[in-house]
Amino acid sequence: MSEDLNAFRSDVSDWLKASFPTSLKGKAAEIVEASSERDGLKGEALEWRKALAAKGYGAPTWPKEYGGAALSHPQEKVLGEELSKVGAINPMIMLTGMGITMVGPTVLEYGTDEQKAKHLPGIASGEVRWCLGLSEPNAGSDLASLSTKAVEDGDNIVLNGQKVWTSGADKSDWCGAVVRTNPDAKKRDGISFVMLPMDQQGVETRPIKLISGYSPFCETFFNDAIAEKKDLLGKQNDGWSVVKRLLQHERQSQTSARSPSVKLESVQDMAKRYVGTDSEGRLDDPDLRARIVSHLMDSKLHNLTVERITAEARGNLEVSASASILKNSATRVAQTRAELNLEIAGSQGLGWDGDEFTSTELDNVRDWLFGKATSIYGGSEEVQKNIISKNILGLPETTQKG
Amino acid sequence: MAALNEEQTMIRDQAKSWVSDQAPVRKFRELRDSGNEMAFAAPTWQAMVDMGWTGIIIPEEYGGSDLGYLTFGLILEETGKHLTASPLFASALVGATSVILGGSEAVKQSVLPGIVSGDQIVTLALEEGPRHKPEATALAAESSGDGFKLTGDKTFVAEGMSASSYIVPARTSGIAGDTHGISLLLVTADAKGVSRNAMHMMDSRGYANVQFDGVMVEGGHLLGELDQGFGLLEQILDRARAGLCAEMHGTASQAFDMTLDYLKTRVQFGQVIGAFQALGHRAADLYTAKEMTRSCFEAALKAIDDDADNIPEMVALAKARVGEYLHEMSCQLIQIHGGIGMTDEFDAGFYLKRARMLETSFGNQSYHRERYARILGF
Repeated sequence: MSEDLNAFRSDVSDWLKASFPTSLKGKAAEIVEASSERDGLKGEALEWRKALAAKGYGAPTWPKEYGGAALSHPQEKVLGEELSKVGAINPMIMLTGMGITMVGPTVLEYGTDEQKAKHLPGIASGEVRWCLGLSEPNAGSDLASLSTKAVEDGDNIVLNGQKVWTSGADKSDWCGAVVRTNPDAKKRDGISFVMLPMDQQGVETRPIKLISGYSPFCETFFNDAIAEKKDLLGKQNDGWSVVKRLLQHERQSQTSARSPSVKLESVQDMAKRYVGTDSEGRLDDPDLRARIVSHLMDSKLHNLTVERITAEARGNLEVSASASILKNSATRVAQTRAELNLEIAGSQGLGWDGDEFTSTELDNVRDWLFGKATSIYGGSEEVQKNIISKNILGLPETTQKG
Repeated sequence: MAALNEEQTMIRDQAKSWVSDQAPVRKFRELRDSGNEMAFAAPTWQAMVDMGWTGIIIPEEYGGSDLGYLTFGLILEETGKHLTASPLFASALVGATSVILGGSEAVKQSVLPGIVSGDQIVTLALEEGPRHKPEATALAAESSGDGFKLTGDKTFVAEGMSASSYIVPARTSGIAGDTHGISLLLVTADAKGVSRNAMHMMDSRGYANVQFDGVMVEGGHLLGELDQGFGLLEQILDRARAGLCAEMHGTASQAFDMTLDYLKTRVQFGQVIGAFQALGHRAADLYTAKEMTRSCFEAALKAIDDDADNIPEMVALAKARVGEYLHEMSCQLIQIHGGIGMTDEFDAGFYLKRARMLETSFGNQSYHRERYARILGF
């Protein structure tokens, strides 16, 4: 086993030497940024995307026939390690919106052979960007009360209604939408999951400006939007099971504390810089110091728990019950760090614009504001606790009346 | 649960079934009610010896099985769940660690086989006051002939009444508060000038005050280097703390299971109380703390087995965070059980009282949070 892995590692290493343009080394941040734009990558970054796609390394664990490389989880880990060794990143996650992390795995599980062949290769190669139409103005944490209507019309399904918080809808090629196909059934029983192209007359998107000034989310309007019937994922009116699975993939994708591409100054170093130290080298604010200790302990505990759960799963970390725990702890760690960043810098940490502030100080403000969303989206902190108490601990359901 | 090998899995399963069958909380209740001054039952202790638990960290050449601290932790988790009373932790982990890390070959040969057989109970007599502060050691060890003469008192000594020997940190130079000038000495309990009396602590386990009145100790019973004992003591303490964390997590986990069971069975306002979201979310928080803290005490035990260079950091993290979890869990055990939790007839009180003793031993949460900050250099 480990011999095979070593052989695989040297194959990957050789391939990287031949295929990864050295000019891209250390350009992770630029590639991440370009990948989230509508027109995507250019020049050597585009060549790199194509090289990854040709090898199936964009979605390395997917079957080869759908654009993957059929790697095992230990092999996937080796691939990640080798990429990071040479300073390369896999841009497919950013390029495809919700494609790699959520849509792909769900199509793999619920899709027909025809659907897999139609949708997966475009995701694996980073060419098709996906968004998800889940939340509605009156269906947030209580997603199953959604009311976007979908009516059959020959070979098509016609959609009418509004989605909200659709990440990247204005830049996406396709949308996976959860819609109501039977208004007479109980609320979880009349739901279907359908895939439709965004470039059509019946679909309109409007970016939502957030408190951070960013607009990563949209309102998406369906006015007689058309989906093909053969793009229904799972059975008609049985979409809730597809959605539940999709949300599990979402939780799983939100369990790590932060993107490793950005190297942050440690919170204790930052605090020493702004606050100063006493004669014994301790931070000159005992109360702040105690809270930083607590934050650092939470952060370490989160990482140790991810390691432990990964080791117990022996590298085969699929959707697991622990995802709710990790999503909440990742969120808490990141939000606390963002609050500490502001508090440590005092008034200097509260700038909005201008030469008086460093770019890090200004970024910290945006990150802090944007980070408030993390305990709301992907199932709010409270929804995760409902999941823990019901699915893991076996306590009664508390959110369903009647 | 860490990814265990076959032998570890076997030992854990054996411990689990033996403790719940042979040494459940009911046995502890009987012991408490009996007023036994040793605070453990001889047959329980003998059974542990027979199962090989006393030799888990002791090298094979001295009769042990050398399976390491993580394996020892698996057993301590189980005894922690049922509050099984014995000198297992004090002697076979703390006493044995002291001799393994600091003892001369002669001391190892004379002590370790006895710890394995249970004939010797070796315990650390460290504290001299109510707050854990190892560098405050003041008990005097004057140089005398080729040995030392000890004068002073130790207190809150775990298994101090049943001990056959004490590991005694003593002051050989400098003043209380200096890390330099501390030396560790092995002193037999029957040496002339040693006297002891039982202390009655809230967890009904065995503790003693031990007085040393001009006790002569031969030079060969010095563990580690003269005046340099503080570093050795810290190494011993970190192994002790990591083991303690395993026991603490076991105690807290049992309190969690008792509470979860009650949430599913107690009916009020026409439904089981676990159907109230306030309690469902509290249970989710406690479960989250249980899962997260498991990671840190296992990591601490593994760091010790790997002889990693971050042992102090991992141990400080574990003792602080497992202590916080045990503290909160023991409070919620009473709160969620309501009135029944307040009665002596129910076991919750045993867990609450034991929790505070474990939290306080070898530095409480506050001690280790402060220590963590210092280790991280701020």
